[in-house]
Amino acid sequence: MPKVLMKGNEALAEGAIIAGCRGFFGYPITPSSEIAEYMARKLPKLNGVFVQAESELAAINMVYGGASTGQRVMTASSGPGISLKQEGISFIAEAELPCLIVNISRGGPGLGGIQPAQSDYFQATRGGGHGDYRTMVLAPSSVQEMMDFAVTGFELADKYRSPVMIMAEGTLGQMMEPIIMREPVTKLPEKPWAVTGCRGRKPNIINTLHLSAEYLEERNHHLQNKYTSMALNEKRAESFQTEDAELVVVAFGLMARIVKKAVMEARQQGVKVGMIRPITLWPFPDEAIRQAVNSAKRFLAVEISMGQMIEDIRLAVAGRAPVEFYGRIGITPNPEEIYQEIMRIAQREGY
Amino acid sequence: MKVIARRPESLTEAKFHYCPGCTHGIIHRLIGECLDELNLRENAIGICPVGCAVLAYEYFNCDMLEAAHGRAPAIATAIKRLQPNNTVFTYQGDGDLASIGMGEIVHASLRGEKITVVFVNNAIYGMTGGQMAPTTLLGQVTTTSPYGRNKDFEGYPAKMAELLSQNEGSAYICRTAVNNPANVIKTKKAIKKALQIQQQGLGFTMVEILSTCPTNWGLSPLDALDWVEEKMIPYYPLGEFKVKED
Ligand SMILES: Cc1ncc(C[n+]2csc(CCOP(=O)(O)OP(=O)(O)O)c2C)c(N)n1
Ligand code: SF4
Ligand SMILES: [Mg+2]
Repeated sequence: MPKVLMKGNEALAEGAIIAGCRGFFGYPITPSSEIAEYMARKLPKLNGVFVQAESELAAINMVYGGASTGQRVMTASSGPGISLKQEGISFIAEAELPCLIVNISRGGPGLGGIQPAQSDYFQATRGGGHGDYRTMVLAPSSVQEMMDFAVTGFELADKYRSPVMIMAEGTLGQMMEPIIMREPVTKLPEKPWAVTGCRGRKPNIINTLHLSAEYLEERNHHLQNKYTSMALNEKRAESFQTEDAELVVVAFGLMARIVKKAVMEARQQGVKVGMIRPITLWPFPDEAIRQAVNSAKRFLAVEISMGQMIEDIRLAVAGRAPVEFYGRIGITPNPEEIYQEIMRIAQREGY
Repeated sequence: MKVIARRPESLTEAKFHYCPGCTHGIIHRLIGECLDELNLRENAIGICPVGCAVLAYEYFNCDMLEAAHGRAPAIATAIKRLQPNNTVFTYQGDGDLASIGMGEIVHASLRGEKITVVFVNNAIYGMTGGQMAPTTLLGQVTTTSPYGRNKDFEGYPAKMAELLSQNEGSAYICRTAVNNPANVIKTKKAIKKALQIQQQGLGFTMVEILSTCPTNWGLSPLDALDWVEEKMIPYYPLGEFKVKED
Protein backbone atom coordinates (compact mmCIF):
# COMPACT_ATOMS: atom_id res chain seq x y z
CA MET A 1 0.00 0.00 0.00
CA PRO A 2 1.29 3.48 -0.80
CA LYS A 3 2.58 5.91 1.77
CA VAL A 4 0.81 9.24 1.84
CA LEU A 5 1.15 12.42 3.86
CA MET A 6 -2.05 13.11 5.73
CA LYS A 7 -3.49 15.28 8.45
CA GLY A 8 -4.73 13.33 11.48
CA ASN A 9 -8.36 14.32 11.11
CA GLU A 10 -8.34 13.42 7.43
CA ALA A 11 -6.63 10.10 8.08
CA LEU A 12 -9.34 9.27 10.59
CA ALA A 13 -12.07 10.23 8.12
CA GLU A 14 -10.43 8.20 5.35
CA GLY A 15 -10.06 5.29 7.78
CA ALA A 16 -13.78 5.44 8.44
CA ILE A 17 -14.52 5.39 4.71
CA ILE A 18 -12.15 2.45 4.32
CA ALA A 19 -14.14 0.71 7.08
CA GLY A 20 -17.30 1.17 5.02
CA CYS A 21 -18.75 4.17 6.83
CA ARG A 22 -21.31 5.78 4.54
CA GLY A 23 -23.04 8.14 6.92
CA PHE A 24 -21.57 11.14 8.71
CA PHE A 25 -23.61 13.50 10.87
CA GLY A 26 -21.88 16.38 12.60
CA TYR A 27 -21.74 19.96 13.68
CA PRO A 28 -18.57 22.03 13.18
CA ILE A 29 -16.23 22.57 16.13
CA THR A 30 -12.49 23.19 16.32
CA PRO A 31 -10.29 21.14 16.33
CA SER A 32 -12.46 18.40 14.80
CA SER A 33 -14.02 20.13 11.79
CA GLU A 34 -11.67 18.69 9.14
CA ILE A 35 -13.30 15.30 9.69
CA ALA A 36 -16.71 16.73 8.74
CA GLU A 37 -15.20 18.69 5.85
CA TYR A 38 -13.45 15.60 4.49
CA MET A 39 -16.67 13.59 4.73
CA ALA A 40 -18.64 16.40 3.06
CA ARG A 41 -16.26 16.16 0.09
CA LYS A 42 -16.00 12.38 -0.11
CA LEU A 43 -19.25 10.75 0.99
CA PRO A 44 -21.58 12.13 -1.73
CA LYS A 45 -19.22 10.65 -4.33
CA LEU A 46 -19.48 7.25 -2.70
CA ASN A 47 -23.28 7.24 -2.53
CA GLY A 48 -22.93 8.03 1.14
CA VAL A 49 -24.76 10.53 3.28
CA PHE A 50 -23.29 13.64 4.83
CA VAL A 51 -25.54 15.90 6.89
CA GLN A 52 -24.41 19.02 8.70
CA ALA A 53 -26.83 18.86 11.59
CA GLU A 54 -28.30 21.87 13.36
CA SER A 55 -26.65 20.85 16.63
CA GLU A 56 -24.71 18.03 18.22
CA LEU A 57 -27.98 16.86 19.76
CA ALA A 58 -29.42 16.40 16.31
CA ALA A 59 -26.17 14.94 14.98
CA ILE A 60 -25.99 12.16 17.57
CA ASN A 61 -29.66 11.35 17.02
CA MET A 62 -28.99 11.11 13.31
CA VAL A 63 -26.29 8.62 14.26
CA TYR A 64 -28.95 6.76 16.29
CA GLY A 65 -31.18 6.65 13.22
CA GLY A 66 -28.37 5.87 10.81
CA ALA A 67 -26.96 3.05 12.93
CA SER A 68 -30.49 1.64 13.25
CA THR A 69 -30.48 0.96 9.52
CA GLY A 70 -27.48 -1.31 10.06
CA GLN A 71 -25.06 0.87 8.14
CA ARG A 72 -21.74 2.08 9.48
CA VAL A 73 -22.19 5.69 10.57
CA MET A 74 -20.30 8.15 12.72
CA THR A 75 -20.01 11.62 14.19
CA ALA A 76 -17.07 13.73 15.33
CA SER A 77 -16.84 16.68 17.65
CA SER A 78 -14.92 18.17 20.57
CA GLY A 79 -15.55 19.00 24.28
CA PRO A 80 -18.69 21.18 24.28
CA GLY A 81 -20.18 19.19 21.41
CA ILE A 82 -19.39 15.84 22.99
CA SER A 83 -21.19 17.03 26.14
CA LEU A 84 -24.31 17.72 24.06
CA LYS A 85 -24.09 14.26 22.52
CA GLN A 86 -24.23 12.48 25.87
CA GLU A 87 -28.02 12.11 25.89
CA GLY A 88 -27.83 10.37 22.54
CA ILE A 89 -24.86 8.19 23.47
CA SER A 90 -26.79 6.85 26.45
CA PHE A 91 -29.71 5.94 24.15
CA ILE A 92 -27.33 4.41 21.60
CA ALA A 93 -25.66 2.29 24.28
CA GLU A 94 -28.96 0.91 25.52
CA ALA A 95 -30.40 0.43 22.03
CA GLU A 96 -27.14 -1.44 21.24
CA LEU A 97 -26.42 0.45 18.07
CA PRO A 98 -22.90 0.14 16.69
CA CYS A 99 -21.36 3.45 15.66
CA LEU A 100 -18.22 5.52 15.94
CA ILE A 101 -18.03 8.73 17.98
CA VAL A 102 -14.88 10.81 17.73
CA ASN A 103 -13.69 13.36 20.28
CA ILE A 104 -10.82 15.48 18.97
CA SER A 105 -10.33 16.85 22.40
CA ARG A 106 -9.65 20.33 23.68
CA GLY A 107 -9.47 21.93 27.10
CA GLY A 108 -12.49 22.74 29.25
CA PRO A 109 -14.51 23.21 31.37
CA GLY A 110 -17.07 25.43 29.71
CA LEU A 111 -16.09 26.75 26.36
CA GLY A 112 -12.49 26.31 27.52
CA GLY A 113 -10.08 26.74 24.67
CA ILE A 114 -9.17 25.12 21.38
CA GLN A 115 -5.78 23.90 22.52
CA PRO A 116 -5.27 20.16 22.93
CA ALA A 117 -6.24 18.50 26.19
CA GLN A 118 -7.13 15.12 27.66
CA SER A 119 -9.54 16.43 30.24
CA ASP A 120 -12.57 14.62 28.80
CA TYR A 121 -11.12 11.33 30.11
CA PHE A 122 -13.68 10.97 32.89
CA GLN A 123 -16.54 11.78 30.54
CA ALA A 124 -15.30 9.26 27.98
CA THR A 125 -14.46 6.38 30.29
CA ARG A 126 -17.32 6.63 32.80
CA GLY A 127 -20.14 6.46 30.30
CA GLY A 128 -20.71 10.19 30.14
CA GLY A 129 -24.49 10.29 30.01
CA HIS A 130 -27.18 8.91 32.30
CA GLY A 131 -27.48 5.28 33.28
CA ASP A 132 -25.13 2.32 33.69
CA TYR A 133 -23.25 2.08 30.45
CA ARG A 134 -19.76 2.33 29.03
CA THR A 135 -18.33 3.16 25.68
CA MET A 136 -15.13 1.56 24.54
CA VAL A 137 -12.54 4.31 24.11
CA LEU A 138 -9.53 4.06 21.79
CA ALA A 139 -6.70 6.56 22.10
CA PRO A 140 -4.48 6.80 19.01
CA SER A 141 -1.00 8.29 19.27
CA SER A 142 -0.10 8.81 15.61
CA VAL A 143 -1.74 9.80 12.35
CA GLN A 144 -1.37 6.16 11.27
CA GLU A 145 -3.37 5.08 14.30
CA MET A 146 -6.00 7.72 13.57
CA MET A 147 -6.67 5.76 10.38
CA ASP A 148 -6.20 2.30 11.85
CA PHE A 149 -8.36 2.91 14.91
CA ALA A 150 -11.23 4.18 12.78
CA VAL A 151 -11.30 0.72 11.19
CA THR A 152 -10.81 -1.06 14.53
CA GLY A 153 -13.45 1.16 16.09
CA PHE A 154 -16.11 0.12 13.60
CA GLU A 155 -15.12 -3.54 13.95
CA LEU A 156 -15.41 -3.41 17.74
CA ALA A 157 -18.67 -1.48 17.51
CA ASP A 158 -20.19 -4.22 15.34
CA LYS A 159 -18.65 -7.02 17.38
CA TYR A 160 -20.28 -5.79 20.58
CA ARG A 161 -23.24 -3.83 19.12
CA SER A 162 -22.01 -0.87 21.07
CA PRO A 163 -20.90 2.72 20.45
CA VAL A 164 -17.11 3.09 20.28
CA MET A 165 -15.30 6.34 20.92
CA ILE A 166 -11.98 7.53 19.59
CA MET A 167 -10.44 10.21 21.77
CA ALA A 168 -7.42 12.08 20.42
CA GLU A 169 -5.86 15.37 21.40
CA GLY A 170 -6.51 18.24 19.00
CA THR A 171 -2.84 18.16 18.02
CA LEU A 172 -3.24 14.67 16.57
CA GLY A 173 -6.14 15.86 14.48
CA GLN A 174 -4.19 18.81 13.16
CA MET A 175 -0.71 17.38 12.54
CA MET A 176 0.54 15.71 9.36
CA GLU A 177 2.53 12.48 9.12
CA PRO A 178 3.23 9.97 6.39
CA ILE A 179 1.02 6.92 6.76
CA ILE A 180 0.48 3.63 4.99
CA MET A 181 -2.96 3.44 3.36
CA ARG A 182 -5.16 0.43 3.99
CA GLU A 183 -7.27 -1.80 1.82
CA PRO A 184 -10.99 -1.00 1.92
CA VAL A 185 -13.07 -3.32 4.07
CA THR A 186 -15.41 -5.20 1.77
CA LYS A 187 -17.16 -7.66 4.07
CA LEU A 188 -19.55 -6.08 6.50
CA PRO A 189 -21.47 -8.09 9.09
CA GLU A 190 -25.15 -8.94 8.69
CA LYS A 191 -27.50 -7.00 10.95
CA PRO A 192 -30.83 -8.79 11.05
CA TRP A 193 -32.03 -6.45 13.82
CA ALA A 194 -31.86 -3.34 11.63
CA VAL A 195 -34.92 -1.31 10.67
CA THR A 196 -35.16 -1.60 6.90
CA GLY A 197 -38.89 -2.19 6.42
CA CYS A 198 -40.39 -5.49 7.56
CA ARG A 199 -40.94 -7.15 4.17
CA GLY A 200 -40.82 -10.91 4.63
CA ARG A 201 -40.14 -10.80 8.37
CA LYS A 202 -41.56 -9.63 11.70
CA PRO A 203 -41.19 -5.93 12.51
CA ASN A 204 -37.94 -4.89 14.18
CA ILE A 205 -38.09 -2.49 17.10
CA ILE A 206 -35.26 -0.24 18.32
CA ASN A 207 -36.16 0.87 21.80
CA THR A 208 -34.72 1.90 25.15
CA LEU A 209 -37.89 2.13 27.26
CA HIS A 210 -38.37 -0.66 29.80
CA LEU A 211 -41.20 0.11 32.16
CA SER A 212 -40.99 -3.15 34.09
CA ALA A 213 -38.34 -2.85 36.78
CA GLU A 214 -37.48 -6.53 36.42
CA TYR A 215 -36.91 -6.26 32.71
CA LEU A 216 -34.93 -3.03 33.10
CA GLU A 217 -32.66 -4.84 35.52
CA GLU A 218 -32.33 -7.73 33.09
CA ARG A 219 -31.33 -5.29 30.35
CA ASN A 220 -28.74 -3.77 32.64
CA HIS A 221 -27.32 -7.19 33.41
CA HIS A 222 -27.17 -7.88 29.71
CA LEU A 223 -25.19 -4.67 29.13
CA GLN A 224 -22.90 -5.38 32.06
CA ASN A 225 -22.16 -8.86 30.72
CA LYS A 226 -21.15 -7.26 27.47
CA TYR A 227 -18.89 -4.80 29.26
CA THR A 228 -17.36 -7.64 31.23
CA SER A 229 -16.53 -9.46 28.04
CA MET A 230 -15.03 -6.26 26.56
CA ALA A 231 -12.91 -5.94 29.70
CA LEU A 232 -11.83 -9.54 29.31
CA ASN A 233 -10.96 -9.40 25.64
CA GLU A 234 -10.23 -5.89 24.50
CA LYS A 235 -7.78 -4.22 26.89
CA ARG A 236 -4.88 -2.85 24.91
CA ALA A 237 -1.67 -1.19 26.01
CA GLU A 238 1.85 -0.59 24.80
CA SER A 239 4.62 -1.25 27.33
CA PHE A 240 8.00 0.35 26.70
CA GLN A 241 11.09 -0.68 28.71
CA THR A 242 9.05 -1.62 31.73
CA GLU A 243 10.76 -4.98 32.48
CA ASP A 244 13.36 -3.54 34.83
CA ALA A 245 11.83 -0.09 35.34
CA GLU A 246 11.82 1.33 38.84
CA LEU A 247 9.78 4.30 37.67
CA VAL A 248 6.93 3.72 35.20
CA VAL A 249 5.40 6.69 33.45
CA VAL A 250 1.83 6.23 32.23
CA ALA A 251 0.50 8.41 29.42
CA PHE A 252 -1.86 8.02 26.47
CA GLY A 253 -2.39 9.53 23.05
CA LEU A 254 0.13 11.83 21.47
CA MET A 255 1.26 12.64 24.99
CA ALA A 256 2.65 9.11 25.24
CA ARG A 257 4.95 9.68 22.27
CA ILE A 258 6.37 12.73 23.95
CA VAL A 259 6.82 10.80 27.17
CA LYS A 260 8.61 8.03 25.28
CA LYS A 261 11.21 10.51 24.11
CA ALA A 262 11.81 11.71 27.65
CA VAL A 263 12.04 8.11 28.87
CA MET A 264 14.70 7.31 26.25
CA GLU A 265 16.74 10.32 27.31
CA ALA A 266 16.48 9.45 30.97
CA ARG A 267 17.54 5.86 30.17
CA GLN A 268 20.67 7.30 28.57
CA GLN A 269 21.39 8.88 31.93
CA GLY A 270 21.07 5.43 33.49
CA VAL A 271 17.66 5.92 35.08
CA LYS A 272 15.59 2.74 35.09
CA VAL A 273 12.42 4.24 33.73
CA GLY A 274 9.77 2.82 31.41
CA MET A 275 6.42 3.75 29.98
CA ILE A 276 2.96 2.25 29.66
CA ARG A 277 0.59 3.67 27.09
CA PRO A 278 -3.06 2.67 27.53
CA ILE A 279 -4.49 2.26 24.03
CA THR A 280 -7.95 1.43 25.27
CA LEU A 281 -8.87 4.00 27.90
CA TRP A 282 -11.94 1.93 28.64
CA PRO A 283 -11.55 -0.95 29.25
CA PHE A 284 -8.49 0.37 31.09
CA PRO A 285 -5.48 -1.96 30.66
CA ASP A 286 -5.00 -2.49 34.37
CA GLU A 287 -3.16 -5.81 33.91
CA ALA A 288 -0.29 -4.06 32.16
CA ILE A 289 -0.02 -1.74 35.15
CA ARG A 290 -0.32 -4.61 37.64
CA GLN A 291 2.48 -6.49 35.88
CA ALA A 292 4.72 -3.47 36.11
CA VAL A 293 4.14 -3.18 39.85
CA ASN A 294 6.40 -6.22 40.29
CA SER A 295 9.50 -4.18 39.47
CA ALA A 296 8.24 -0.59 39.65
CA LYS A 297 8.65 1.26 42.91
CA ARG A 298 6.71 4.26 41.72
CA PHE A 299 4.41 5.43 38.93
CA LEU A 300 4.07 8.81 37.29
CA ALA A 301 0.92 9.76 35.44
CA VAL A 302 1.43 12.40 32.76
CA GLU A 303 -1.77 13.88 31.39
CA ILE A 304 -2.95 17.02 29.68
CA SER A 305 -5.49 17.50 32.44
CA MET A 306 -5.58 18.12 36.15
CA GLY A 307 -5.36 14.38 36.78
CA GLN A 308 -8.05 11.98 35.60
CA MET A 309 -6.45 8.77 34.31
CA ILE A 310 -4.38 8.75 37.51
CA GLU A 311 -7.48 7.42 39.29
CA ASP A 312 -7.50 4.32 37.08
CA ILE A 313 -3.77 3.85 37.60
CA ARG A 314 -4.27 4.03 41.35
CA LEU A 315 -7.09 1.49 41.15
CA ALA A 316 -4.81 -0.86 39.20
CA VAL A 317 -1.82 -0.33 41.48
CA ALA A 318 -4.10 -0.93 44.48
CA GLY A 319 -1.86 0.80 46.95
CA ARG A 320 1.24 -1.28 46.17
CA ALA A 321 3.22 1.72 44.93
CA PRO A 322 2.88 5.49 45.04
CA VAL A 323 1.50 7.24 41.95
CA GLU A 324 2.65 10.77 41.24
CA PHE A 325 1.20 13.23 38.78
CA TYR A 326 2.45 15.70 36.25
CA GLY A 327 -0.08 17.54 34.13
CA ARG A 328 -0.91 20.72 32.32
CA ILE A 329 -4.07 21.87 30.60
CA GLY A 330 -4.32 23.28 27.09
CA ILE A 331 -0.55 23.12 26.92
CA THR A 332 1.10 19.84 25.95
CA PRO A 333 4.13 19.24 28.17
CA ASN A 334 7.29 19.04 26.08
CA PRO A 335 9.86 16.22 26.28
CA GLU A 336 12.31 18.39 28.19
CA GLU A 337 9.74 19.16 30.87
CA ILE A 338 8.93 15.48 31.36
CA TYR A 339 12.60 14.52 31.30
CA GLN A 340 13.22 17.03 34.10
CA GLU A 341 10.31 15.58 36.07
CA ILE A 342 11.65 12.04 35.65
CA MET A 343 15.13 13.13 36.71
CA ARG A 344 13.73 15.03 39.70
CA ILE A 345 11.93 11.93 40.93
CA ALA A 346 14.89 9.66 40.15
CA GLN A 347 17.29 11.88 42.11
CA ARG A 348 14.89 12.33 45.01
CA GLU A 349 14.26 8.57 45.26
CA GLY A 350 17.79 7.53 44.37
CA TYR A 351 16.79 5.37 41.30
CA MET B 1 -71.12 -12.67 6.46
CA LYS B 2 -69.30 -9.64 5.18
CA VAL B 3 -66.60 -7.87 7.17
CA ILE B 4 -67.19 -4.15 7.02
CA ALA B 5 -64.62 -2.98 9.58
CA ARG B 6 -61.50 -4.63 10.93
CA ARG B 7 -58.25 -3.77 12.57
CA PRO B 8 -55.83 -2.44 9.97
CA GLU B 9 -52.99 -4.86 9.31
CA SER B 10 -50.62 -2.00 10.08
CA LEU B 11 -51.71 -2.09 13.72
CA THR B 12 -50.72 -4.93 16.04
CA GLU B 13 -53.18 -6.68 18.30
CA ALA B 14 -51.81 -5.00 21.42
CA LYS B 15 -54.40 -3.12 23.46
CA PHE B 16 -53.89 0.66 23.51
CA HIS B 17 -53.02 2.02 26.95
CA TYR B 18 -54.62 5.42 26.29
CA CYS B 19 -57.17 6.90 28.72
CA PRO B 20 -60.88 6.58 27.94
CA GLY B 21 -61.88 9.23 25.41
CA CYS B 22 -58.32 10.07 24.41
CA THR B 23 -58.06 10.60 20.66
CA HIS B 24 -54.47 9.32 20.33
CA GLY B 25 -56.08 5.96 19.54
CA ILE B 26 -58.15 7.36 16.66
CA ILE B 27 -55.03 8.88 15.15
CA HIS B 28 -53.15 5.57 15.43
CA ARG B 29 -55.97 3.84 13.61
CA LEU B 30 -55.99 6.44 10.84
CA ILE B 31 -52.25 6.03 10.28
CA GLY B 32 -52.74 2.26 10.23
CA GLU B 33 -55.50 2.53 7.64
CA CYS B 34 -53.43 4.84 5.45
CA LEU B 35 -50.40 2.52 5.56
CA ASP B 36 -52.67 -0.40 4.63
CA GLU B 37 -54.41 1.42 1.80
CA LEU B 38 -51.14 2.67 0.32
CA ASN B 39 -49.62 -0.78 0.81
CA LEU B 40 -46.77 0.68 2.82
CA ARG B 41 -46.70 -1.47 5.95
CA GLU B 42 -43.71 -3.55 4.92
CA ASN B 43 -41.88 -0.49 3.71
CA ALA B 44 -42.61 1.88 6.57
CA ILE B 45 -40.36 2.86 9.45
CA GLY B 46 -42.02 4.76 12.28
CA ILE B 47 -40.46 6.73 15.09
CA CYS B 48 -42.36 7.34 18.29
CA PRO B 49 -41.87 10.19 20.70
CA VAL B 50 -41.52 10.56 24.41
CA GLY B 51 -45.03 11.43 25.49
CA CYS B 52 -48.21 9.43 25.89
CA ALA B 53 -47.47 7.77 22.54
CA VAL B 54 -44.11 6.48 23.76
CA LEU B 55 -45.34 2.90 23.46
CA ALA B 56 -46.58 3.33 19.88
CA TYR B 57 -43.87 0.88 18.74
CA GLU B 58 -46.05 -1.79 20.30
CA TYR B 59 -49.06 -0.68 18.28
CA PHE B 60 -47.75 -0.17 14.75
CA ASN B 61 -47.13 -3.39 12.92
CA CYS B 62 -44.07 -2.17 11.02
CA ASP B 63 -40.43 -1.45 11.81
CA MET B 64 -40.37 1.04 14.67
CA LEU B 65 -37.98 3.07 16.77
CA GLU B 66 -38.43 4.91 20.01
CA ALA B 67 -36.68 8.28 20.12
CA ALA B 68 -35.31 10.50 22.85
CA HIS B 69 -37.70 13.34 23.74
CA GLY B 70 -38.01 15.65 20.71
CA ARG B 71 -35.36 14.00 18.55
CA ALA B 72 -37.53 11.91 16.24
CA PRO B 73 -37.05 14.20 13.21
CA ALA B 74 -33.25 13.87 13.46
CA ILE B 75 -33.54 10.08 13.62
CA ALA B 76 -35.98 10.10 10.72
CA THR B 77 -33.60 12.28 8.71
CA ALA B 78 -30.77 9.77 8.84
CA ILE B 79 -32.99 6.78 8.15
CA LYS B 80 -34.60 8.40 5.14
CA ARG B 81 -31.27 9.63 3.74
CA LEU B 82 -29.65 6.23 4.08
CA GLN B 83 -32.73 4.31 2.88
CA PRO B 84 -34.57 6.68 0.54
CA ASN B 85 -36.94 3.93 -0.57
CA ASN B 86 -38.48 3.52 2.84
CA THR B 87 -41.49 5.52 3.98
CA VAL B 88 -40.48 7.21 7.22
CA PHE B 89 -42.87 8.79 9.68
CA THR B 90 -42.62 10.31 13.13
CA TYR B 91 -45.43 10.55 15.67
CA GLN B 92 -44.92 13.43 18.10
CA GLY B 93 -46.76 15.34 20.82
CA ASP B 94 -46.65 19.10 21.30
CA GLY B 95 -44.09 19.06 24.09
CA ASP B 96 -41.95 16.68 22.06
CA LEU B 97 -42.21 18.58 18.78
CA ALA B 98 -42.77 22.23 19.68
CA SER B 99 -40.75 22.57 22.88
CA ILE B 100 -37.76 20.28 23.44
CA GLY B 101 -37.69 19.24 19.78
CA MET B 102 -38.28 22.67 18.23
CA GLY B 103 -34.78 22.72 16.73
CA GLU B 104 -35.04 19.27 15.17
CA ILE B 105 -38.48 19.85 13.62
CA VAL B 106 -37.68 23.28 12.16
CA HIS B 107 -34.44 22.07 10.61
CA ALA B 108 -35.94 18.87 9.25
CA SER B 109 -38.49 21.11 7.54
CA LEU B 110 -35.86 23.61 6.35
CA ARG B 111 -33.80 20.79 4.87
CA GLY B 112 -36.90 19.46 3.17
CA GLU B 113 -36.47 15.99 4.64
CA LYS B 114 -38.78 13.62 2.82
CA ILE B 115 -40.53 12.36 5.92
CA THR B 116 -44.06 12.54 7.30
CA VAL B 117 -44.64 14.00 10.74
CA VAL B 118 -47.87 13.27 12.58
CA PHE B 119 -48.07 16.00 15.19
CA VAL B 120 -50.58 15.47 17.98
CA ASN B 121 -51.49 18.82 19.50
CA ASN B 122 -53.43 18.33 22.72
CA ALA B 123 -52.37 21.64 24.29
CA ILE B 124 -50.85 19.85 27.28
CA TYR B 125 -48.15 17.51 28.52
CA GLY B 126 -50.27 14.42 28.85
CA MET B 127 -47.72 11.86 29.93
CA THR B 128 -46.14 13.81 32.75
CA GLY B 129 -49.45 14.77 34.29
CA GLY B 130 -50.85 17.92 32.76
CA GLN B 131 -48.12 20.55 32.68
CA MET B 132 -48.16 23.53 30.32
CA ALA B 133 -47.22 22.79 26.72
CA PRO B 134 -45.96 25.29 24.14
CA THR B 135 -49.42 24.90 22.61
CA THR B 136 -51.37 25.49 25.84
CA LEU B 137 -53.96 28.19 25.15
CA LEU B 138 -53.96 31.60 26.82
CA GLY B 139 -55.93 31.37 30.04
CA GLN B 140 -55.71 27.56 30.09
CA VAL B 141 -55.06 26.16 33.55
CA THR B 142 -52.40 23.46 33.81
CA THR B 143 -50.34 22.23 36.75
CA THR B 144 -47.50 24.60 35.83
CA SER B 145 -49.76 27.48 34.78
CA PRO B 146 -52.12 27.17 37.75
CA TYR B 147 -53.47 30.71 37.31
CA GLY B 148 -54.06 30.23 33.61
CA ARG B 149 -51.49 30.77 30.86
CA ASN B 150 -50.62 34.46 30.92
CA LYS B 151 -49.02 36.01 27.84
CA ASP B 152 -46.90 38.28 30.03
CA PHE B 153 -45.21 35.38 31.77
CA GLU B 154 -45.72 32.27 29.65
CA GLY B 155 -45.88 33.87 26.23
CA TYR B 156 -48.05 32.74 23.37
CA PRO B 157 -49.07 29.29 22.12
CA ALA B 158 -46.99 27.98 19.20
CA LYS B 159 -48.70 27.70 15.83
CA MET B 160 -46.53 25.01 14.31
CA ALA B 161 -48.41 24.46 11.06
CA GLU B 162 -48.23 28.17 10.26
CA LEU B 163 -44.57 28.34 11.30
CA LEU B 164 -43.40 25.36 9.27
CA SER B 165 -45.45 26.31 6.23
CA GLN B 166 -43.08 29.28 5.83
CA ASN B 167 -40.15 26.98 5.08
CA GLU B 168 -39.28 26.27 1.46
CA GLY B 169 -38.46 22.69 2.42
CA SER B 170 -42.02 22.00 3.51
CA ALA B 171 -44.05 20.28 0.82
CA TYR B 172 -47.25 19.59 2.70
CA ILE B 173 -48.45 21.20 5.92
CA CYS B 174 -52.00 20.70 7.13
CA ARG B 175 -53.92 21.10 10.38
CA THR B 176 -56.89 18.88 11.15
CA ALA B 177 -58.82 17.74 14.19
CA VAL B 178 -60.38 14.45 15.31
CA ASN B 179 -63.26 15.89 17.31
CA ASN B 180 -66.10 14.71 15.03
CA PRO B 181 -66.58 12.14 12.24
CA ALA B 182 -66.22 14.70 9.44
CA ASN B 183 -62.92 15.91 10.84
CA VAL B 184 -61.72 12.36 11.38
CA ILE B 185 -62.28 11.65 7.70
CA LYS B 186 -60.44 14.85 6.75
CA THR B 187 -57.57 13.87 9.02
CA LYS B 188 -57.25 10.51 7.32
CA LYS B 189 -57.18 12.18 3.92
CA ALA B 190 -54.48 14.55 5.10
CA ILE B 191 -52.28 11.76 6.47
CA LYS B 192 -52.66 9.86 3.22
CA LYS B 193 -51.81 12.91 1.18
CA ALA B 194 -48.74 13.59 3.32
CA LEU B 195 -47.52 10.01 2.83
CA GLN B 196 -48.10 10.25 -0.91
CA ILE B 197 -46.22 13.53 -1.15
CA GLN B 198 -43.38 11.88 0.77
CA GLN B 199 -43.39 9.07 -1.77
CA GLN B 200 -43.20 11.61 -4.58
CA GLY B 201 -40.11 13.01 -2.88
CA LEU B 202 -41.36 16.59 -2.81
CA GLY B 203 -40.15 17.46 0.68
CA PHE B 204 -41.11 17.66 4.31
CA THR B 205 -44.71 16.81 5.23
CA MET B 206 -46.61 17.34 8.46
CA VAL B 207 -50.17 16.88 9.63
CA GLU B 208 -50.92 18.71 12.88
CA ILE B 209 -53.89 17.09 14.56
CA LEU B 210 -55.91 18.74 17.32
CA SER B 211 -56.44 15.96 19.84
CA THR B 212 -58.04 15.57 23.25
CA CYS B 213 -56.63 14.90 26.69
CA PRO B 214 -59.76 14.47 28.82
CA THR B 215 -57.68 13.27 31.77
CA ASN B 216 -55.49 16.34 32.11
CA TRP B 217 -58.01 18.83 30.83
CA GLY B 218 -60.30 17.63 33.61
CA LEU B 219 -63.20 17.10 31.19
CA SER B 220 -65.40 14.20 30.24
CA PRO B 221 -64.56 12.65 26.85
CA LEU B 222 -67.56 14.38 25.26
CA ASP B 223 -66.85 17.77 26.82
CA ALA B 224 -63.26 17.40 25.64
CA LEU B 225 -64.50 17.08 22.05
CA ASP B 226 -66.49 20.28 22.52
CA TRP B 227 -63.44 22.01 23.98
CA VAL B 228 -61.51 21.25 20.79
CA GLU B 229 -64.30 22.86 18.77
CA GLU B 230 -64.86 25.87 21.03
CA LYS B 231 -61.38 26.70 22.28
CA MET B 232 -58.75 25.08 20.10
CA ILE B 233 -60.06 25.46 16.56
CA PRO B 234 -60.60 29.26 16.86
CA TYR B 235 -56.90 29.67 17.77
CA TYR B 236 -55.61 26.81 15.61
CA PRO B 237 -57.54 27.12 12.34
CA LEU B 238 -57.92 23.93 10.33
CA GLY B 239 -56.86 23.56 6.72
CA GLU B 240 -53.95 23.10 4.37
CA PHE B 241 -51.19 25.66 4.86
CA LYS B 242 -48.81 24.44 2.21
CA VAL B 243 -49.23 22.10 -0.72
CA LYS B 244 -46.28 21.80 -3.05
CA GLU B 245 -47.25 20.44 -6.46
CA ASP B 246 -44.67 18.56 -8.51
C1 LIG C 1 -35.14 14.95 28.11
C2 LIG C 1 -36.44 14.72 28.75
N1 LIG C 1 -37.03 15.71 29.41
C3 LIG C 1 -38.24 15.49 30.00
C4 LIG C 1 -38.85 14.28 29.92
C5 LIG C 1 -40.19 14.07 30.60
N2 LIG C 1 -41.31 14.05 29.69
C6 LIG C 1 -41.83 12.90 29.24
S1 LIG C 1 -43.13 13.11 28.23
C7 LIG C 1 -43.06 14.79 28.39
C8 LIG C 1 -44.06 15.68 27.75
C9 LIG C 1 -44.89 15.01 26.76
O1 LIG C 1 -45.86 15.88 26.29
P1 LIG C 1 -46.28 15.85 24.78
O2 LIG C 1 -45.09 15.81 23.92
O3 LIG C 1 -47.21 16.98 24.57
O4 LIG C 1 -47.01 14.45 24.60
P2 LIG C 1 -48.41 13.96 25.19
O5 LIG C 1 -48.10 13.13 26.37
O6 LIG C 1 -49.24 15.17 25.52
O7 LIG C 1 -49.02 13.16 24.07
C10 LIG C 1 -42.01 15.14 29.23
C11 LIG C 1 -41.70 16.53 29.59
C12 LIG C 1 -38.16 13.26 29.21
N3 LIG C 1 -38.66 12.03 29.09
N4 LIG C 1 -36.98 13.51 28.64
S1 SF4 D 1 -53.01 11.57 29.61
FE1 SF4 D 1 -54.18 12.65 28.05
S2 SF4 D 1 -53.04 12.38 26.13
FE2 SF4 D 1 -52.30 10.88 27.59
S3 SF4 D 1 -53.47 9.02 27.20
FE3 SF4 D 1 -54.53 10.12 28.85
S4 SF4 D 1 -56.00 11.40 27.80
FE4 SF4 D 1 -54.54 10.74 26.25
MG1 LIG E 1 -49.26 17.01 24.43
